[in-house]
Amino acid sequence: MKRLSWFNVTSLTLGFAFLYLPMVLLVIYSFNASKLVTVWAGFSPRWYGELMQNEAFLDAALVTLKVAVASSTLATILGTMAAYVLVRGGRFMGRTLFSGMIYAPLVMPEVITGLSLLLLFIGIGMDRGVLTIVLAHTTFSMCYVSVVVSSRLMTFDRSLEEAALDLGSSPWTAFRLITLPIIAPAVISGWLLAFTLSLDDLVIASFVSGPSSTTLPIKIFSAVRLGVSPEINALSTLMIGIVTIGVIIASLISKRNSLRAQNDAQAAERATG
Amino acid sequence: MSQTVFAPWADPDQKPLIRFENVTKKFGEFVAIDDLSLDIYEQEFFALLGPSGCGKTTMMRMLAGFENPTSGRMLLAGQDIAGVPPNKRAVNMMFQSYALFPHLSIWDNIAFGLRRDNKPKDEINARVEEMLKLTRLEKFARRKPHQISGGQRQRVALARSLAKAPKLLLLDEPMGALDKKLRQDTQFELMDIQETTGTTFVIVTHDQEEAMTVASRVAVMDEGRIIQVATPADIYEAPNSIYVADFIGDVNLFNGTTSPEGDDRYAVHWAEGHPPLIATSAQPFSDGQSSHFAIRPEKIAISTERPTETANVLQGKVLDIAYLGNISTYHVALPSGQIIKAQTANTRRISRRAITWEDPVWLSWNATAGVLLDR
Amino acid sequence: MRRFALIAVPYLWLLFLFLVPFLIVFKISLSDLALAIPPYAPTFKDGIAEMLRQFDFENFVFLTVDDLYWKAYLSSLQIAFFSTLITLMVGYPMAYGMARAPEEWRATLMMLVILPFWTSFLIRVYAWIGILSNDGFLNQLLMWIGLINEPLTILNTNIAVYIGIVYTYLPFMILPIYAALDRLDESLNEAAEDLGCSRMQAFWLVTIPLSKNGIIAGCFLVFIPALGEFVIPSLLGGSGTLMIGKILFEEFFNNRDWPVASAVAVVLLLILIIPIVLFQRNQQRQAEAEQ
Repeated sequence: MKRLSWFNVTSLTLGFAFLYLPMVLLVIYSFNASKLVTVWAGFSPRWYGELMQNEAFLDAALVTLKVAVASSTLATILGTMAAYVLVRGGRFMGRTLFSGMIYAPLVMPEVITGLSLLLLFIGIGMDRGVLTIVLAHTTFSMCYVSVVVSSRLMTFDRSLEEAALDLGSSPWTAFRLITLPIIAPAVISGWLLAFTLSLDDLVIASFVSGPSSTTLPIKIFSAVRLGVSPEINALSTLMIGIVTIGVIIASLISKRNSLRAQNDAQAAERATG
Repeated sequence: MSQTVFAPWADPDQKPLIRFENVTKKFGEFVAIDDLSLDIYEQEFFALLGPSGCGKTTMMRMLAGFENPTSGRMLLAGQDIAGVPPNKRAVNMMFQSYALFPHLSIWDNIAFGLRRDNKPKDEINARVEEMLKLTRLEKFARRKPHQISGGQRQRVALARSLAKAPKLLLLDEPMGALDKKLRQDTQFELMDIQETTGTTFVIVTHDQEEAMTVASRVAVMDEGRIIQVATPADIYEAPNSIYVADFIGDVNLFNGTTSPEGDDRYAVHWAEGHPPLIATSAQPFSDGQSSHFAIRPEKIAISTERPTETANVLQGKVLDIAYLGNISTYHVALPSGQIIKAQTANTRRISRRAITWEDPVWLSWNATAGVLLDR
Repeated sequence: MRRFALIAVPYLWLLFLFLVPFLIVFKISLSDLALAIPPYAPTFKDGIAEMLRQFDFENFVFLTVDDLYWKAYLSSLQIAFFSTLITLMVGYPMAYGMARAPEEWRATLMMLVILPFWTSFLIRVYAWIGILSNDGFLNQLLMWIGLINEPLTILNTNIAVYIGIVYTYLPFMILPIYAALDRLDESLNEAAEDLGCSRMQAFWLVTIPLSKNGIIAGCFLVFIPALGEFVIPSLLGGSGTLMIGKILFEEFFNNRDWPVASAVAVVLLLILIIPIVLFQRNQQRQAEAEQ
């Protein structure tokens, strides 16, 4: 029987307060009427209105979304392929190098990744813009996708694939009809992860973006270097809100699915027992 | 002629090592132990037997000190132990999962408890060596728990919990993780060790065979209550209820009403058109009292011809034969539809046995072969 | 054929966009600053033999001579080390509390730890500017309580950098420790108590050693990114905050000295290889232990 002591309760309370208070303050003060960010002057949605008028932010947001959708989709395809090669590929020339290249970007400081990619793009004479950001983001987020997907593939019962092959499917059909549906949740969370990583990235984008392709984090960064601004608070609140709603919906869906699976199992047991 | 039988529970002068006095344990609304009283004596090998959720594990955890009774008293050698934390009790426990510390060697696992008492080093060494020898683990002392077999792990757990020479050793399903063959060997080993060390053992198990094999006394539990406490033989031959009769081994039950026939003999009227069964019972039954007659399959004789000198004779047809090598169990359908199990030892080779499927057979037993139960 | 394509596509992608760029960084770190486009020499245009002849380790020598750089490396190591330690001290009790919380709360607590992951890193760092500045919430609160009369200068100091790192990387510390503690069999602690340990002794003798792998993993997951951190020192740190990620960024964009920036990157990578290898070994050992 486990018991929560006062010490456990205190550390959890303080810890979560530390994690969430800064964001709560940010959200509250985004509705502050005053331009002075730390002085409360009454409730007002004014900064949201101004934010909507700010075309530079809207443009940057659009660029960021485009980049995120493109790079996360590419990264998911490449990352799933890489995971499959890592887990099911068997032996091939340069396997160690390959797995090294999958894991290294995960621990690589962003400044180094950004710098090296920029030097590459300059070296081959590629103009910096949306395309270079997409390429850069795809490269590091495909590694995250491949880690997520390969951990699912490793726990996956290989005999299912073998059964499909035994029943006459080609390897590709077996992958499409058996493997893919089973690893689909991991592929989807890989995509979401890649998407957020891309939305979030400042450093790499700073290196590889051009003048015409400013992303939202770059815009925010240059704004906040000058200090706190109520417009940024409003923007942050919007972003926090979207993420929170997304995560809550995702957890509700997974909860409902596991509940349904449980109910089905119980119903099946009643029917047979 | 007179041989001293180990039966401290029958001696009113003996003081129990452990005494439960009206102990109740609740978890929220759930009553795990319900007003339970029980005495366990020194050097006993006492088994708590019951299905999962019957409260046997809770009893053990209360003895170890991980739970405290909601009401009632628990005495260890005459002292109330409520509120004494586990690390201050002269009670050790062998966990069902063994709970061996994976980061420590076998040697260090066994020495763990001794070190907590700040004993001198050579004393610890000597005791650990002694325990290793007792459990035949000398060769494995330097290994880690994951480098030895399941049976060896079980012995490490035993050695570790015995190392501090506790007054009382608790064993929570000690053989649950072993396969059947190993389990039987281990049971005898456990009995040997218990005898050598003279420690009082309380074992929790759901395996009735295991309880019967190792224990001096068995307590059959259900829903937080003790149904019967007795020696294994009494539990089997003289169960006090259908629950106990049914839980331990196989049993045939006839439900009916009794009428006294004198001399502790009773007739059990169990089905229209069948003659009443004749049974003896030391416990009195009144005329017309509803009762249950329980008889073990091996107490029923099966024959192709009608026996003449037995008190009870029933006719039926063989439905199924389960051949188990040393014995065979016959499932016989009575005209009433009830199915009766009868067991015979296979003293002859298969080809010479006379009874087969669909044969009409006679089942018979004496008046003293079964027991009459009122619940 | 299909298998070949399956391997070749991600392989070539990573070769071209991960490995080759590194080689370029390495190559440029051996070159010299030049007034040209690109701003370094020699280049491939000079011919490979000529290029190889002109390569030297001047930039690396420069890094050791100019004390800005080695001070920045040392200070990065120091900041990363101590913030990892603080994160451990904040994160372990939280992970411990989570592992002991009732089963039905755990999923929620877990979600609360993961949620910040999905929230913009930049915004989470930004939130602290408003808290730590001279007229920020923390100073307002402390003055209101009466603890201080003058606002404390926290923003743009190393203290703010520590707070920022601990805050943003806390989930990385909690998750592996929680995973280790969650796998821990409660009966091991009970066995320790049964054999004579007090609660506290059982914690030190059983819980801590058995969550060691989680602690190590968490520490590396904080230490490695903290070492090359750029955003936190540039937003929360001051001009006195020397962190190598920030130096590299500034060297490249403000001074436009590509060769030195490349050399800084190469050295940073060499420093990082040690903890990365140690981390990998820990993960491998853990995976083997689980089998």
